Amino acid sequence: MISETLIELSRLQFALTAMYHFLFVPLTLGLSFLLAIMESVYVMTGKTVYQDMVRFWGKLFGINFALGVATGITMEFQFGTNWAYYSHYVGDIFGTPLAIEGLMAFFLESTFIGLFFFGWDRLSKVQHLVVTWLVALGSNLSALWILIANGWMQNPVGTVFNPETMRMEMTSFGELLFNPVAQVKFVHTVSAGYVTGAVFVLAISAWYLLKGRDLSFARRSFAIATAFGLASTLSVITLGDESGYELGDVQKVKLAAIEAMWETEPAPASFTLFGFPDDETMTTERQLRIPYLLGLIATRSIDTPVVGLKELIIRNEARVRRGMKSYAALEQWRAGARDDATRAQLLEAHDDLGYALLLKRYAPRVLDASEEQIKQAARDTIPKVAPLFWSFRLMVGFGMWMLLLFALSFYYCARRQAGHKRWLLWAAVCSLPLPWLSSELGWFVAEYGRQPWTVSGMLPTRLSTSTLSVGQVTFSLSGFVLFYSALLIVELFLMIKYARLGPSSLGTGRYHFENGGPAPATPHAATLP
Amino acid sequence: MADFFAFLLSYETLRVIWWLFIGILLIGFAITDGFDLGVGTLLPFLGRNDEERRVIINVVGPTWEGNQVWFILGGGAVFAAWPPVYATAFSGFFIALILTLFAMILRPVGFDYRSKLPNPSWRKFWDWGLFVGGAVPALVFGVAFGNLLLGVPFHFDADLRAYYTGGFLGLLNPFGLLAGIVSLSMLVMHGAVYLQLRTEGEIQQRARWTVTLATLLFLVAFALAGVWMLFWVDGYRLESFAGTAAPSNPLAKTVVRDNGALLARYAQYPWMLVAPCMGFGGAILAWLSSLSRRPGFGFIASSLALAGVILTAGFSLFPFIMPSSSDPNSSLTVWDATSSHLTLKWMFGVTLVFLPIVLAYTTWVFGKLRGTVTVAQVRAADKVMY
Repeated sequence: MISETLIELSRLQFALTAMYHFLFVPLTLGLSFLLAIMESVYVMTGKTVYQDMVRFWGKLFGINFALGVATGITMEFQFGTNWAYYSHYVGDIFGTPLAIEGLMAFFLESTFIGLFFFGWDRLSKVQHLVVTWLVALGSNLSALWILIANGWMQNPVGTVFNPETMRMEMTSFGELLFNPVAQVKFVHTVSAGYVTGAVFVLAISAWYLLKGRDLSFARRSFAIATAFGLASTLSVITLGDESGYELGDVQKVKLAAIEAMWETEPAPASFTLFGFPDDETMTTERQLRIPYLLGLIATRSIDTPVVGLKELIIRNEARVRRGMKSYAALEQWRAGARDDATRAQLLEAHDDLGYALLLKRYAPRVLDASEEQIKQAARDTIPKVAPLFWSFRLMVGFGMWMLLLFALSFYYCARRQAGHKRWLLWAAVCSLPLPWLSSELGWFVAEYGRQPWTVSGMLPTRLSTSTLSVGQVTFSLSGFVLFYSALLIVELFLMIKYARLGPSSLGTGRYHFENGGPAPATPHAATLP
Repeated sequence: MADFFAFLLSYETLRVIWWLFIGILLIGFAITDGFDLGVGTLLPFLGRNDEERRVIINVVGPTWEGNQVWFILGGGAVFAAWPPVYATAFSGFFIALILTLFAMILRPVGFDYRSKLPNPSWRKFWDWGLFVGGAVPALVFGVAFGNLLLGVPFHFDADLRAYYTGGFLGLLNPFGLLAGIVSLSMLVMHGAVYLQLRTEGEIQQRARWTVTLATLLFLVAFALAGVWMLFWVDGYRLESFAGTAAPSNPLAKTVVRDNGALLARYAQYPWMLVAPCMGFGGAILAWLSSLSRRPGFGFIASSLALAGVILTAGFSLFPFIMPSSSDPNSSLTVWDATSSHLTLKWMFGVTLVFLPIVLAYTTWVFGKLRGTVTVAQVRAADKVMY
């Protein structure tokens, strides 16, 4: 039997390594696009300052990219090292998008990134621009395939259980590819990445403007970040809403937990803006509710009810019982009854087989589970509510704040006053951590909200781990924590150092610090020191 | 024509094709990222001062990132095509793999961060980081392959959950270590040839001598490993199995260990000897080319040697991928450790479309970045180059 400690340590390791990885991914997604936009402007206008922008922001991009790659290697192999049973059980479907990601996307991004940095003198202007766009395209395609993989974990489609191989197998590649959950997750996630890139450039440019240095460089960067950021923030918010709608359809438990919806309400349900959810009593204390809003967001209608957690537990109990029938047929099959009748019985309820596997925790043989254990298994299908409720609200709050920031920046940029609104510039500087916090919270909601499953309704997290010793996972987990933390400190140090140096780090002789004073009014007038 | 497609897309054929594809990926990894690993290993020894080391780093700096994707893709392809192998091997070789990951993580950071600060101890630290990032994976991959050839102790329960019963130290047996030396020496040889090709002056001279040393070590180690395998390593033989197109269940077969299995195989299929001959011949050719100052030709020759060594391992195992020493019937083979027929078909199609595209743009990028790297270039582009 797999020990409780092993499961918890494995989960902790995956959560930590994934969250570390996602400190670097969103900036790569957003900044690669911004670099491509800046370089397009350079090629169209021929102004050197735009090339300097690509090179300077590209330097920061590179510092971030290195850790994105470093932490990404782990992700590709961790399913095998720490989640071996998961890999066996669903690898037939889940491995496919990961492999295609490597072949179609990561190859593209990684092959051209070297040329992006070192190809300035070896390529024509247009060739280099194409290379930059290919890097951006590669990183975005990468996100697409990873989110197809993740979307399948949230909403497993196109799959059937095969008793001969004791695993799930693909029945339709198209369903995997066009999984609606994957599609909305992709757009939501890459848009969040664009926001991250935009806030990054906005905040650092605002800081130069506050310091009164590299003004023409900073103003242009600020303006591009503003326009890109406003569009992206709108996209994250509207398409985040869209993913709420999908949740309502497929992932009812997660939606109900995020909203602390204990009871099913007559449509359209009201939205709980604020409150203190309590898992024990299944109530929410001191709540502040807005009538009708949740029904409108989640179901896009006024007459479809949003199902509450208590009702979902009852429904899931029925699924556990139904799954047990399928499991009984599986046991007969394994005992040698390999006839069509057994197979038909197995497949009839095979989409509930996973619910029967929840019983393994209490009754290793599954079929001899007591009434009490069946009820407990159904109760286990609900994740803890309060962490989801709060993470979600914080994420949305930060999102709204960033929308306001970009809207104001856009307004003042359009009136050519942004550089003089010191309060706005300070707000931009202070908002720097928000996109990262929002991204991490968003992933927390998505993944913690999927518990107790690794693959929704199909494979419980508890059964997914490798058969390792606690010592082994302690070793790898503490190694990752120490190693990643050290690398993160180094990364932040370099990032801050180069952000402070600003475009002078390019050594062109045109910028602040390079002529013993502030940058000259027009970059072209500069002379080498 | 229809018959041909039916044959091509049959489960049996696709299983062999995927065995080949994984082999091609491994060879692609060895040829491209292999020289990065070799160059990383050589960095602290062939670069005597900071500028020389920067030259060495910049020889591989612009392209190593793309090369590494062969490794990442290898992982992804094994996951997609051979899920039981991905699950069993990676969780079985747990500590070895985690250490390799730690070592490989040092590379992106080492390349990108090393020259961003002028502090000499900072740079020295990352030079050794790049050394570890090159040498450890090169060694561990060989050790892992050596152990695959021996068979590793694992078995499945009725749910097909894998249990690995050997520890980390069990991997460090004499034959495993010898295989590690084969792999390290061949990648150092390959890296040194590449350095000879793309540097000038003293560094080039040192690289040239390194080729000689590494090739000799490789030839001895490879020959020794071959003799050892033929006469002292038990081979595995499929006694009976469910068939080449049966569902992938590794428990539906019987396997016996047999001391003469390997000799018998090469006697039965003598054409398989092409692989070890490529290994020896390629290395000797690489060495001679390096001595006669034709590193371009040498690079092709050493690539051939790499392919030969990997194919030797593959041929010696086929149809086994990962034999089990403790419960031979649990062994994973090409016939019972693959994905479903549908998954193999889709992945086959995707690979046919995208692999040529990848090869095309990789060639273009290498073409754009060709030429030697010199100390003068590093000095002139101090803030741009690694």
